[in-house]
Amino acid sequence: MSNVSSSEIRREFAKSKVGLIGIGILASLIILSVIAAVTIPIDTFKQWNNPGNWISYPKSSAPIWVNYFMTQKIPEHLILDNPSTITKDDVISLTSHQFGVQYHYDDFPSDFIYEFSVEYSGSQLLQISVIRPDQSQILLLSRSLPHSDTKIVHHERIFSTDNSIKKNIQIYFSEIGFYNQNTSSEDMIFANKDGQVLKGDYLFLLNIFGVEENVEIIDSKLILGGKVFGMMGTDELRRDLAVGLLWGTPLALFIGISVAVGSVTAGLIYGVYAGFKGKKTDEAMMRFNDVIYALPALPFLIILAVTISNSIFLLVGFLMIFSWVGIAKVSRSMALQIKTRQYVEASQMMGQKNSKIIFKHIIPQLLPYAFASIAISVPAAITTEAGISFLGLGDPTFPTWGQILHDAYTYGAAARGMWWWIAPPGIMIAITGLAFVFIGNALDAIVNPKLKK
Amino acid sequence: MSLKRYIATRGITMFGVLMITLLLTIALVGSNMDIILKQGIAYQVRAEITESPTIAQSFATVEEFDQFVREQIDQRMKTLGLDTPWYSPQRIGFTMYKILILDFGNATFLTSDSGSSNVGDILLEKIPRTVLLFTTATIIISIIGIFLGALAGSKVGSVVDRITSAFAVISSSFPVWWVGMLMIFMFAFTYHIFPARATPSILPTEPDYILALLYHMTLPLITIVLIGFGTWAYLVRNFMVGTLQEDFISAKKAIGISKKKIIYKHALKNAAPPIITILALSLSGSLGGAIITEAVFDWPGMGRLYFEAISVMDLPIIIGATYVLTVLFLISIFVADLLYGYFDPRVKTE
Repeated sequence: MSNVSSSEIRREFAKSKVGLIGIGILASLIILSVIAAVTIPIDTFKQWNNPGNWISYPKSSAPIWVNYFMTQKIPEHLILDNPSTITKDDVISLTSHQFGVQYHYDDFPSDFIYEFSVEYSGSQLLQISVIRPDQSQILLLSRSLPHSDTKIVHHERIFSTDNSIKKNIQIYFSEIGFYNQNTSSEDMIFANKDGQVLKGDYLFLLNIFGVEENVEIIDSKLILGGKVFGMMGTDELRRDLAVGLLWGTPLALFIGISVAVGSVTAGLIYGVYAGFKGKKTDEAMMRFNDVIYALPALPFLIILAVTISNSIFLLVGFLMIFSWVGIAKVSRSMALQIKTRQYVEASQMMGQKNSKIIFKHIIPQLLPYAFASIAISVPAAITTEAGISFLGLGDPTFPTWGQILHDAYTYGAAARGMWWWIAPPGIMIAITGLAFVFIGNALDAIVNPKLKK
Repeated sequence: MSLKRYIATRGITMFGVLMITLLLTIALVGSNMDIILKQGIAYQVRAEITESPTIAQSFATVEEFDQFVREQIDQRMKTLGLDTPWYSPQRIGFTMYKILILDFGNATFLTSDSGSSNVGDILLEKIPRTVLLFTTATIIISIIGIFLGALAGSKVGSVVDRITSAFAVISSSFPVWWVGMLMIFMFAFTYHIFPARATPSILPTEPDYILALLYHMTLPLITIVLIGFGTWAYLVRNFMVGTLQEDFISAKKAIGISKKKIIYKHALKNAAPPIITILALSLSGSLGGAIITEAVFDWPGMGRLYFEAISVMDLPIIIGATYVLTVLFLISIFVADLLYGYFDPRVKTE
């Protein structure tokens, strides 16, 4: 052990390339956490396990960027909820929502859904039509909304499998002579004469006609089903993995850092006290240390999670119980050395309180070592939590990386080739671990100059 | 402290730890155990009554019949000692005594491959497989690690050294079970080289079982070795660097002993005590980690048994497996301690 001042540590640390990389990664992870907290409403992660929240997302979709590596562009899952609105007030009022789509993929969409809520009274007529790139207009649906004398809110989902849509398409294409009985509605809409995908700009028109003008579309969403979605893809339960991965970052940092800080602080004080007191106290405390050291950690963590609670905060506490032991051993031996230094003996002779000697004279000497240990013990805490979550024993209210992997394992992601479900959470765990290992190693090299060689 | 006394104090501590572990396990699962046992008894009594309708017919009123059922249940609970709570000293003492003499009782749900529901039988069937996989892996890891570490340590700053150190740091950041998932994805589903499930599909009684087991073992083995040897090499390297700076090595160099001989004979021998300690500890550590690794690979050993027992709350197995895991863990710590004392003459002062 050596005495290094904090300014020296800073200077030395700035020279360490590995340490700076570690700081860089950590900084970007923190930025990622801030982004997660700011951009994604907290509500979203609470809704993580609520299937209703993800209904408009696609099932098991690859990330959007796989298209860059494909010659055949996979259709993207489009959720259009920002239509341009046109209203006309005449004898017959018209409220129109128009959704423009640039369709340049090499495959047909899997389906489309129009979801809307509208507030109206009286009789209203809903018409859905599409203008194709070749300027032909197809009427897809013409249907009256249920009559009501009072103001009501009507919510409906219209699927591409709807029978009237099928019938209208049959009428339209039979006239031109292209109708194929076995082709689904969405394939007909997006096909050219040869049955290939007709690429270009499509415009979906949703018109509501009424005699009275009091129509208000509250919510209007056109979903064009595809097989790629978002930055990170989706899982079997239609969840956007980007949300889970992003929210996993602050959770992992919280777990790792709080366990490391808590256990190192506890171990440091425990060890220093034992070393400083010496004799019987030391012996008893070290025997207790041996007992905890010899407990098999993982089986116990599992039993604790199952029998007591799987709350993430309690898990942090459980992890602390098993990780302060090593630190206590080392800081005890360090305290034994420092105890014999003259200034400690002098302050003892002056009659200073034990607590004051420990906190003023011994612990400050151990701080550099403590910081290195904190950094080094973060990854273990993160991987252990991930492991417990992977076994399905984690806190179900928070989407941690381990839990995403647990779901991936249960739904057989490996067998189905869903690499985007397996790889990113593990890479995130490893990157977070690496950041702290880098910082810890750099600090360690400064604190223990012997290792530098 | 003499060696004998050293061993004695260690032994006593270990025994104490074992008892505390048992007590903790029983305390944690005890209340659940009571509920399950009581439900089991009630179920048993009802089943017996429905089997023989004459019992039910011999009662005039429903109240009388209920009274009879309740008495039956109470009586059986008394014979099993369930009328006192699980935390009563007699019951804890009795449970601990039974476990100490390795009588774990019968499992609630799980059975061994041969169909026995005796916890001892189940454990005896699973332990060899876990030991087979993890001991083999640890041996391979340590061999690669020691040679690579010695090589890297003797050439500080060389390409080998840098690659070893970088690989060690990076590989240790990946959870083994996650790499396992990727390996299954790659080698079982993308390229069909190894089976995805490590449980052999043929029965243990068939003669080819050992071969099938070894074939199914390859993928988990490769994964564990891949993630493990880097850390090992790095540790050995650090010890070697320390040892090679010592005076006696410089003296040997000065005499003109070949570098190879110095590294592999003298320096490595000197770095042996910590290496052996870590070997024993990592072996025991891997047994704990086996729970997740075996779950991923579906390896039919202790770890998966433990996981299955947890998921269905099969308490006798949980208690038995925790006990066995603790015993294995303690034995390896104990052996590590003894070996350290044997190899490092500074430990035994007499």
